[in-house]
Amino acid sequence: MEAYINGLSVISPQNTFNNSDFLSEPVVHTTNYLSCIEPSYKEYLNPTLARRMARIIKMGIAASNICMKDANIEMPDAIITGTALGCLEDTEKFLWAIIENEEQFLTPTSFIQSTHNTVSAQIALQLKCMNYNFTYVHKGFSFESALLDSLMTIAEGEAKNVLTGAHDEMTEKYYKVCDRIAYWKKEEVSTFDLINSKTKGSIAGEGAAFFMLGAEKNEHTYAKIRGLKTIYKPENTADVQKHIHQLLAEKGLTADDIDVVIYGINGDSQYDHVYYELKDSLFNNATATYFKHLCGEYQTASSFAMWIASMMLKKQTIPSAILIGDDKRKPIKNVLIYNTFLTIDHSVFLLSAC
Amino acid sequence: MSKKIYITGLGIISAIGNNVEETLDFLTKKKSGVSSLDNIVSRYQHQLPVGEVKASNDELKKLAGVEHLPDNTRTTYLGIIAAKEAVKNAGISNMKEYRTGLISATSVGGMGITENLWFDYLNPEKTGEWLRYIETHECGDSTESIAESVGATDYVSTISTACSSSANSIMFGARLIKHGIVDRVVVGGTDSLSRFTINGFMTLMILDNEHCKPFDAERKGLNLGEGAGFIVLESEEAAKGKTILAELSGYGNSNDAYHQTASSPDGAGAYLAMEKAFKVSGLKPENISYINAHGTGTAINDLSEGTAITRMFGKNVPFISSTKAYTGHTLGACGGIEAVFSVLAINHNTVFPNLNYKNQMPEVEFTPTTELLSNQKIDHVLSNSFGFGGNTSALIFSRHN
Repeated sequence: MEAYINGLSVISPQNTFNNSDFLSEPVVHTTNYLSCIEPSYKEYLNPTLARRMARIIKMGIAASNICMKDANIEMPDAIITGTALGCLEDTEKFLWAIIENEEQFLTPTSFIQSTHNTVSAQIALQLKCMNYNFTYVHKGFSFESALLDSLMTIAEGEAKNVLTGAHDEMTEKYYKVCDRIAYWKKEEVSTFDLINSKTKGSIAGEGAAFFMLGAEKNEHTYAKIRGLKTIYKPENTADVQKHIHQLLAEKGLTADDIDVVIYGINGDSQYDHVYYELKDSLFNNATATYFKHLCGEYQTASSFAMWIASMMLKKQTIPSAILIGDDKRKPIKNVLIYNTFLTIDHSVFLLSAC
Repeated sequence: MSKKIYITGLGIISAIGNNVEETLDFLTKKKSGVSSLDNIVSRYQHQLPVGEVKASNDELKKLAGVEHLPDNTRTTYLGIIAAKEAVKNAGISNMKEYRTGLISATSVGGMGITENLWFDYLNPEKTGEWLRYIETHECGDSTESIAESVGATDYVSTISTACSSSANSIMFGARLIKHGIVDRVVVGGTDSLSRFTINGFMTLMILDNEHCKPFDAERKGLNLGEGAGFIVLESEEAAKGKTILAELSGYGNSNDAYHQTASSPDGAGAYLAMEKAFKVSGLKPENISYINAHGTGTAINDLSEGTAITRMFGKNVPFISSTKAYTGHTLGACGGIEAVFSVLAINHNTVFPNLNYKNQMPEVEFTPTTELLSNQKIDHVLSNSFGFGGNTSALIFSRHN
């Protein structure tokens, strides 16, 4: 199963949403709570509608809109998204109201918008798109499941153009809640210090990313997705390596064919060893890069990495902001993304130049 | 790649029983499981009619056989109970023999615990062992516990498309087999009642304060329910030599794209989903012996679905019933629960009745089946599931010859 990436957009804590800049001037964040740099929504949404919408819904609709324009597609044949936490802000609002008002005087708006499928539903509603519509909500596999479904849908011939996305938002409350179970670092860490951090925890992030996957290559094409694998609780790094070898072998490749690896390094001293073990063994000869210092850690952060991989393959450049060590290999033909969320959900993506 | 998708195991827990056998007993005796809300501390406790599983969380934990593990959510326990029964029913003893996945579905995941502890989570002065429940909030968390309880972890994922969630989980699982990603997959969904859901539906003013009456002209709304339903899907290769309960022959998914919560009056999305399911199965409407409708009992759903069915089947609507009056509307679990009912209908040559029905809806051509019909040849069952966000899905279950 393969597909072309024919359009994209990501709203992230970096200036990324209109694809005009490829991380040449990264925004340095000095807190552990990274928020998205959002576009002006007027261009993408009716202001009356936008007023009633939570931030994540607006981010999702804007990102999908930019992506469709980028691909020059007005009506996708399927809309498939992944989100681990859904619409947190509205969920929290309704939850607070129930508890605070002892189940009285409630209004439906935040409940209606709290369901996990709100963003893909709202995109369908705006487009009047009655086609296949799915929302995956599995932690660090949310985006990966959406992507696999998209590849299957294209392989089945059911769709030529699939709008595939991921979105997760961080809220002040949820940041505090996750802080109580040591998700975040106790000390503030600046963007470019994260990789050298020796403490537990990471930094919080968020984002909304959309891709137009196509059955055919065209003048908008960024890259080709050639393979995807999810691994649930691998036994050890050798087990991970076995899965990577398998994925590469299916495509007639070996680890030496990989020019660039994008690692999900997040500065957490408990988990980052997984990435370094791969970097120093299997991918010793590849250019090593990382991305979570720019977007923060969240369950669907791999979607930000896929934006980077796509841009990298099209532009044939690697921004210095993501390099670990030297930029060793040109041209860039094959890029591998390796990511894990809390070392439970692991995923591998293989993308190639077109 | 497997062309056929075989169903080899069923597992269920709902207001009408903790397993398949008890469920069948309720279904055939026309006994509804809808009663008053007891297990949840709420303004509506002991008043609101719901399809509640009459067991405490501790009792469910025991029933799930996970006493040795830390406490978990009600959603997780319900899921484990149904998934374990399905795997046992499929006669799977060696999980390593084939690549086996588990796809679950849920609308609110661990909300039943989050809503009790939310203010404590946010209060730094309060601390305790209970902080670990924070991680049970995410929808995927219950899935991972369920997958581990049966050892099916070669592909794990979760779907949340409101009330069509577990129908979509079945559909995704079938496609994973067809694409050769797994050989077997346990699919379905789980949801427990919560104050969040009850109050949410309250604000929408679509709850009936009496027993729901699907497809009745005087229907007033739905009853909420809880439970879990899982089925085991296997490829032709993996199912060789096994007892095959039925085949999943068709599936279709589309979006109504009409309104965030309300279905379109013409049921356009529902019609499209059924049409796609027919295309995948190669069957025609006249092949369907029984429709297990979504039939929630709300004015809008039953009109929308009824109109779509009338458009699809014309004057020749087969036996049709909604089983929501037995179980309540179990939201993210209903597609899984009703998949079990659909396979039981085929295996027992039976149509389960649409309880509480009295008055003909003037807008539709059909009258639901109100009595238990046995000794019927039920070869193909169409099962519909529709949700908020316009998500509409249809599945077709067929007799295995």
